[in-house]
Amino acid sequence: MPAGTLYRGREGMWSWVAHRVTGVLIFFFLFVHVLDTALVRVSPEAYDDVVATYKTPIVALLEYGLVAAILFHALNGLRVIAVDFWSKGPRYQKQMLWTVVGIWIVLMVGALYPVLGHAYLELFGK
Amino acid sequence: MSSDTSSPKVVGDVEGVSLYDVDNPAPYIEAPRKRTGKTPRSTRGNFEMVAWLFMRLSGIVLVVLVIGHLLIQLVLDGGVSKIGFAFVAGRWASPFWQVWDLLMLWLAMLHGGNGLRTVINDYAERANTRLWLKGLLYTATVFTILLGTLVIFTFDPNIR
Repeated sequence: MPAGTLYRGREGMWSWVAHRVTGVLIFFFLFVHVLDTALVRVSPEAYDDVVATYKTPIVALLEYGLVAAILFHALNGLRVIAVDFWSKGPRYQKQMLWTVVGIWIVLMVGALYPVLGHAYLELFGK
Repeated sequence: MSSDTSSPKVVGDVEGVSLYDVDNPAPYIEAPRKRTGKTPRSTRGNFEMVAWLFMRLSGIVLVVLVIGHLLIQLVLDGGVSKIGFAFVAGRWASPFWQVWDLLMLWLAMLHGGNGLRTVINDYAERANTRLWLKGLLYTATVFTILLGTLVIFTFDPNIR
């Protein structure tokens, strides 16, 4: 790291960067998601048409990415709360980050079939 | 350094002759940032502290609301394939899920809006850029919250 910067690298900084990036991504999705849901006030057909795009393989992949972003942001957010409010939080921040990453990997493997299963069947036959 | 110690001078020659002595003391200068009668009662509120606390409290609630939402929409009962107007109508027939979605909408938008406010404050260096970006952010946030709230409260399953 260059001198004269507050950035220190390693687990602390990179988890903070990842928290920001995932947070911004989730916020932009949320904005679009409220707009698409608002179509239920237009007509059932308009809503079902847009939701049909959510069921295509490419968007399924984006949904998997969204789940990845949300799960990391949620788990790391709980870590941030622990760092702020638990007296030993700052001392164990690295261990807590690797715990977060471990739980995140397990959940992402668990989400593979539920989120991507239908896209796999569509692309590679039933 | 002068070797003359017989008449110690408080003010050196460079600074000039001292205007003040014991009989004619220098005027009293207030300590910096000291609260005086002229200071407004509160120069700044504790908005940033409240915002900081809100991020943590809303975050805990959102973990439950959003992960529950993801389980229902993307995992259980056939995943994304079963979602459609009929599915939405079935869920919003229950006040429980209406309140769930309303709370999730408000907390997530305010949590995300405050997060983006922080990001803008961190990276937009010019005051004018910050002003415009935050103006856009607040407009979009208020619009989305109001639109979502209106949709939940005025939802009509028999629209057709």
